[in-house]
Amino acid sequence: MANTYTLIASVTLNTTTASISFTSIPATFTDLCVLLSVRSNRAGATNDSLALEVNGSTSNRSGRVLYGNSNVAASTTTTSEVNYAGLVASTATANTFSNISVYCSNYTSSNYKSFSSDGVSENNSSAADSAFAGINAWLWSDSAAITSLTFKSATGNSFVQYSTAYLYGISNA
Amino acid sequence: MTTKLIVDCSTGEVQEIALTAEEIAEREAMAAEYAAQKAQEEAEATAKAAAKASAEAKLSALGLSASEIAALIK
Repeated sequence: MANTYTLIASVTLNTTTASISFTSIPATFTDLCVLLSVRSNRAGATNDSLALEVNGSTSNRSGRVLYGNSNVAASTTTTSEVNYAGLVASTATANTFSNISVYCSNYTSSNYKSFSSDGVSENNSSAADSAFAGINAWLWSDSAAITSLTFKSATGNSFVQYSTAYLYGISNA
Repeated sequence: MTTKLIVDCSTGEVQEIALTAEEIAEREAMAAEYAAQKAQEEAEATAKAAAKASAEAKLSALGLSASEIAALIK
């Protein structure tokens, strides 16, 4: 059980931005946790997916998500998406932001790096596929210690102004 | 101009940097890949629905009632 959460860095976007990167992450913690309040500018859609690049790598990524929305509960496999469909987008209720957490255990070890993520896209609508909530298991199959994390829209879109990201280090987890 | 934000955790410095041509191309590729993936998922769902309807029609032709077919499908 974690007994410390130390804020390493945080950011609030001043303008629409393609990606958020945390670099030179110190190796002094056991686990990492990122809390994001984000919205995508993906046009014509209520939701988007959150992609993650670890140490700048776009390889060796795989995942599984259990999700539900207003008309279905299902699961699917993922590649780049550390959080599938939980990123609220343009046609959802104005000024709503998704709450997404991403947790990585033992980020400096030489084993493959496992992540868990949960998120929900806010949308005041009962229409089909109008809002998603999901829990994700995700793996970066690489032995390198994690020194950077880059979050993007999985569909090649951007995060809007006032999106935020907070990176925490956890000791004695 | 599309930008990316980089936070250096060792210094706290935040940089807003314009995307390179390569990064813009990568975004376009991500969008195309996602669209292709979505189209494939929709095609699979359509094929699955068609197969289900076909199976139900064949069961009906064998004399099963709608409630019997529904019981089998569940």
